[in-house]
Amino acid sequence: MKTLGFAAGVAATMTLLSSTSAFAVTEISWWHAMTGANNEVVDQLSKEFNESQSEYKVVPVFKGTYPETLNAGIAAFRAKQPPTIMQVFDAGTGTMMGAEGAIKPVAEILSMGGQAFDKSQYLPGIVAYYSKPDGTMLSFPYNSSSPILYYNKDIFQKAGLDVDNPPKTWGEVWDAAKKIKSSGAAPCGFTSTWLTWIHTENFAAWNNLSYGTNENGIGGTDVELKINAPAFVKHFQELADLAKDGTFKYGGRTSEAKQIFLAGECGIFTESSGGLGDIVKSGMNYGTGQLPYEADAAGAPQNTIPGGASLWIFAGLPEEQYKGVGAFFNFLSQTPIQARLHQVSGYLPVTLAAYEETKKSGFYDKNPAREIPIKQMMGKAPTENSKGVRLVNLPQVRDIQNEEYEKMLAGQQTAQQALDNIVARGNKAIQEAIGN
Amino acid sequence: MSPRVVFPNKILPYLLVAPQLAITLVFFYWPASQALRQSMLREDPFGLSSKFVWFANFKKVLSDPNYLNSIQVTAVFSIATAAVAMGTALLLAVMAEKVIRGRGVYRTLMIWPYAVAPAIAGMLWLFLFNPSIGSLAYGLRWLGINWDPLLDGEQAMVLVVAAASWKQISYNFLFFVAGLQAIPKTLIEAAAIDGAKPFKRFWTIVFPLLAPTTFFLLVVNTVYAFFDTFGIIHAVTGGGPGKATETLVYKVYNDGFVNLILGDSAAQSVILMVIVIALTAVQFRYVEKKVHYG
Repeated sequence: MKTLGFAAGVAATMTLLSSTSAFAVTEISWWHAMTGANNEVVDQLSKEFNESQSEYKVVPVFKGTYPETLNAGIAAFRAKQPPTIMQVFDAGTGTMMGAEGAIKPVAEILSMGGQAFDKSQYLPGIVAYYSKPDGTMLSFPYNSSSPILYYNKDIFQKAGLDVDNPPKTWGEVWDAAKKIKSSGAAPCGFTSTWLTWIHTENFAAWNNLSYGTNENGIGGTDVELKINAPAFVKHFQELADLAKDGTFKYGGRTSEAKQIFLAGECGIFTESSGGLGDIVKSGMNYGTGQLPYEADAAGAPQNTIPGGASLWIFAGLPEEQYKGVGAFFNFLSQTPIQARLHQVSGYLPVTLAAYEETKKSGFYDKNPAREIPIKQMMGKAPTENSKGVRLVNLPQVRDIQNEEYEKMLAGQQTAQQALDNIVARGNKAIQEAIGN
Repeated sequence: MSPRVVFPNKILPYLLVAPQLAITLVFFYWPASQALRQSMLREDPFGLSSKFVWFANFKKVLSDPNYLNSIQVTAVFSIATAAVAMGTALLLAVMAEKVIRGRGVYRTLMIWPYAVAPAIAGMLWLFLFNPSIGSLAYGLRWLGINWDPLLDGEQAMVLVVAAASWKQISYNFLFFVAGLQAIPKTLIEAAAIDGAKPFKRFWTIVFPLLAPTTFFLLVVNTVYAFFDTFGIIHAVTGGGPGKATETLVYKVYNDGFVNLILGDSAAQSVILMVIVIALTAVQFRYVEKKVHYG
């Protein structure tokens, strides 16, 4: 922790030093959490923007993981030296929204860049997630993703399953997983990353079930969790039962299960659409499909909700910096840039025009996996259950879920007990976080 | 006792200690006072609104069953880590005494792991024992052990204890070797002439004479297990499964930096500060007097 603080201090000093050396150019610092290929995209975009004009200079700074970046930004704000732009992950959205007075709505900034801000240009499902209840867009969606299904075609073949038709419902997934296991095609049938984001938050939206009151927190911060309803209990009991003989294999709280799938240990896998890159790189003979849904849920499949991260702007900064951010975001929203971002990184395009352009270019005919998350998110107009999940302390609530799920999968409690505990502990934590 | 040296200059001594004092003030007292202040506040992560609540955060923390669980986890973890690290180090040090050729090389190799950063040590053990790709995990499964530290709390604890003690063995080894060298050979030889077997000689002569070193290491190892193992736990288990490996220090981090409940987190770190002060006092009061350095 000491080193973290120290590193943050050094980085802050560096930013200070570098900003004093520039005279005419307004510097815009961009704190982000992108690694590997996605980090290169960040650097490339900043470079292109800087070369396209001479008034502003975007300086990207890598700050560690998503939670580390959020913490660094909060600490910097408290020390009155915030960056201009900060990338915040989906679960941190509620935290940022709760901090009115610390942030400046992106809608205001975009209109300062010289162009009028037209919200209808942007993908509705994504924009709704990053907007206030009154519709004001608060942050700029930079990288959005949604969970989809991946499967190993070689394992499917060995198990005698239909290689071209991945399972569509959870019931079909369990049957296929059992067949993979019993036929010996692979030691495990099914694994998944993010039990919280995929099997709880998206499970609720995709099956049109309520996650919590107040439109899952979109309508207001006072939320009561509803995830111990029978449909959730059934789903998690099925997972827990399959875990007993290893048909379902747990990988970890975030993306760790990807290793298990890549190692060819499990045949079916649910994971973010943003995880496609590593699977392509591994050279596996893979297939993709929509996120499975519950066959007896009325109205399923509804729509999935976005994950990933968005860019937030701190309040109380000099006017020129806001103008610069406006110019930068308008630059990012250009169709060719969005289309390229989408095609290179696997994240969703932010604007409708970029989606149409990519579609026209025939990209999806060659890469059908890239269109699945967009279709999932845009297929139906979102209901009050499927606009997203927003809690002031969603990271904490996810932590509680992970702890209870782990106890359940270890056989220490049933799904009903786990979900009841989650609701009780989660509601208490939410009440404390909103100051009651 | 050598006679006391008296410096005639009145100001110079203060000037000489000033840099050290300044560092202590800026890096120790100031943050400590901030933690104390924060522990009595309840505020949002951004510090936009804060309320002074006296000891409410302490009351909340101490009545939280998860905090009590974490005390228990810390106790199990610390005792196990200290026992394994010291036991293994003592065994190796006694064995190293018997090595005649290549003693220097052997000792140097033993000291290496101490130079490995905690997070790296954690990653090494994580890879070795990863249920799907770890080579040692494969061996365990071959032996018929259902190895799954991701879900089995006890196995996860074994894994973090192993990683934490592995890193500390070198340090303990160094002190035990020094302690063993300070034991007069004549005592052991006399016992041998009287017919005492090696095991008997160890228990009746070597081990009691090593007691000051052992006691000193016990304190150092406890402090290590309490405060310096964050990196290992963060890398290997992240406190899970459930809350099976969430130690006090890890909980401070998790509540403060992940859950953003700064008041609770600060209250917990103040409690930890009290524990460190107590441990240090014990060390100075009882241990410093009894350990003989070379």
